[in-house]
Amino acid sequence: MAYDQETRDALIEMVRRFVDEQCKPIEGQVAEEDAVPKDVVDGMKELGLFGISIPEEFGGLGLNMEEEVLVALELGQTSPAFRSVAGTNIGIGSQGLVMWGNDEQKAQWLPKIASGEIITSFCLTEPEAGSDAGSVKTRAERDGDHYILNGTKRYITNANKADLLTVMARTDQNTPGGKGLSSFLVETTTPGVTIGKPEKKMGQQGAHVCDVIFDNARVPVANRLGGEGDGFKVAMSVLDRGRLHISAVCTGVAERLISEMTNYAVERKQFGEPIANHQLVQAMMADSYAEAYAARCMVLDAAQKRDRGENVTLLAASCKMFASEMVGRVADRAVQVFGGAGYIADYGIERFYRDVRIFRLYEGTTQIQQIVIGRGLAKLAKDGQI
Amino acid sequence: MKVLVPVKRVIDYNVKARVKPDQSGVDLANVKMSMNPFDEISVEEAVRLKEAGTATEVVVVSIGPQQCQETLRTALAMGADRGILIKTDDKVEPLAVAKLLKAVVAEESPELVILGKQAIDDDSNQTGQMLAALLDWPQGTFANEVKVDGGKANVTREIDGGLQTVALDLPAIVTTDLRLNEPRYASLPNIMKAKKKPIDMKEIGDYGVDVAPRLTTVKVTEPPVREAGEIVEDVPTLVSKLKAKGAL
Ligand SMILES: Cc1cc2nc3c(=O)[nH]c(=O)nc-3n(C[C@H](O)[C@H](O)[C@H](O)COP(=O)(O)OP(=O)(O)OC[C@H]3O[C@@H](n4cnc5c(N)ncnc54)[C@H](O)[C@@H]3O)c2cc1C
Repeated sequence: MAYDQETRDALIEMVRRFVDEQCKPIEGQVAEEDAVPKDVVDGMKELGLFGISIPEEFGGLGLNMEEEVLVALELGQTSPAFRSVAGTNIGIGSQGLVMWGNDEQKAQWLPKIASGEIITSFCLTEPEAGSDAGSVKTRAERDGDHYILNGTKRYITNANKADLLTVMARTDQNTPGGKGLSSFLVETTTPGVTIGKPEKKMGQQGAHVCDVIFDNARVPVANRLGGEGDGFKVAMSVLDRGRLHISAVCTGVAERLISEMTNYAVERKQFGEPIANHQLVQAMMADSYAEAYAARCMVLDAAQKRDRGENVTLLAASCKMFASEMVGRVADRAVQVFGGAGYIADYGIERFYRDVRIFRLYEGTTQIQQIVIGRGLAKLAKDGQI
Repeated sequence: MKVLVPVKRVIDYNVKARVKPDQSGVDLANVKMSMNPFDEISVEEAVRLKEAGTATEVVVVSIGPQQCQETLRTALAMGADRGILIKTDDKVEPLAVAKLLKAVVAEESPELVILGKQAIDDDSNQTGQMLAALLDWPQGTFANEVKVDGGKANVTREIDGGLQTVALDLPAIVTTDLRLNEPRYASLPNIMKAKKKPIDMKEIGDYGVDVAPRLTTVKVTEPPVREAGEIVEDVPTLVSKLKAKGAL
């Protein structure tokens, strides 16, 4: 739903204020303790952040894509670990259900996802199925009113806190590739579901990924999302939407880093004047600013087009590729502008540098986005549309 | 019990205020504005009274330009029930505001008016007291705690060197201090619901009170720039420097 300008401004302003007052002051602490404090998580729930992408009839805000992007741009202004807390409920953990769930499934789960009462995760990646997502090996075999799941999922965000998983598993053992997959809603309390230890990661301390292991886990047939064989489509439609959200987060982080490097550059003096007066430093600031602005324009344009019902697969992949690579370059320049301080933990810049590295990897690596764009373009040419 | 909470739209507390080049006042062009922080505390207190079942209705009122509607919406999103906007693009001084509020009180008959102890733009700290005088109501200023019970309000006040508790017969005026409560964030769903709550649009002319300014601003200046410090070698040098400056 599209809100009027005043309401939209008020929403964004409140998210900005929460980020400024509740998140920014404890970024270092969250990284050090590898946990977002409970009162901040509760604050995010009370604010309604977990439900921004859930339809209003199920207790969420039902933001359209442009509005969600505006919120994500604000959430990007602080350590990405904060966003990750609500990130799966907003994105990959809930959207399979929103887009593919039937009325009973939605009524059963969505209100609790919107309130943050339950946490969700998205289980696609496996030890041997990463970029080649269609090669999922986890099996789901029908047994009366149930499917029996066996297999291992890897690097699953928020799995250690999750109550409900969207799991892609192979229902048709004779059909290789995406067509043999189906999606299931699996409660983590289901016997046979175990969650591994959180992995040690390069960045985003406070957010966690774990293995999820299915050992003869019995899942009711009623928990299947869509039909048998729809699993790959479910996964791809979820990721398509998520790409715009991630692109907005990348852009928000880049904007934060530009503000950090600029404020530092006007204060820090070398050769008798602020380093911001040195043209080579200005070049780093200018390149960062222009690139972040380009990303902002791209992601807002793609989001508006999606809201108008256009197919944005190529645009979303372009946004994800550009924004995630862009924030990598901006973070690298931020370290450079800070000089030695950029490498020292107290300044927080090296933390952002590590935090943003993941954006080029998950929800489709840069190479996968390139493949999506390249193949898409070739198809357009074949169809005489370009 | 009805509670009336006046809310003022002021320059945001995070903004570094800049004086206009002609020194006639603070430059507000393209500056972020928001609800006076003390008024947020007042709204929070009123909403808590409502949640506790003590208050039945919370009415918020703002006096100022059209954009004060946003300030009222923020209060409505926090939990107030309806708003009144008394529109004016002119500067209104505390006495004029108190007179207008007296007229609003006559129309609304609240039993409690909760105001911020001061607004962070002019720091006057006058409106609540003036309103109490005009209405001839008891007042509990600089409230640190408010307990309403059977026609009385017990207000614990922050005073120099300690706390003082006064018992007021309702109707009464309370002005809020910083430590009274921690205002909530308006939740995103409530921001949307606030859109549907009513705001009454009024003009100053509707109230027939004299709001002509009594004060003339002579000059507004920036605070003096902090002078650069100096690192001295040892304590004796420090002492002699301080003596030379007449600081010791
Ligand atoms: C912090 C974190 C959180 C994550 N959260 C989740 C989650 O919640 N749910 C989930 O399901 N997964 C999650 N993942 C997994 C993530 O999506 C995958 O790691 C990612 O898709 C890449 O897969 P891979 O690691 O197997 O790498 P690979 O697929 O093995 O790729 C290795 C390299 O080869 C390149 N490559 C692969 N195939 C091609 C090709 N055809 N052409 C050109 N280059 C190619 C890749 O681009 C990459 O550079 C997460 C990962 C991390 C690190």
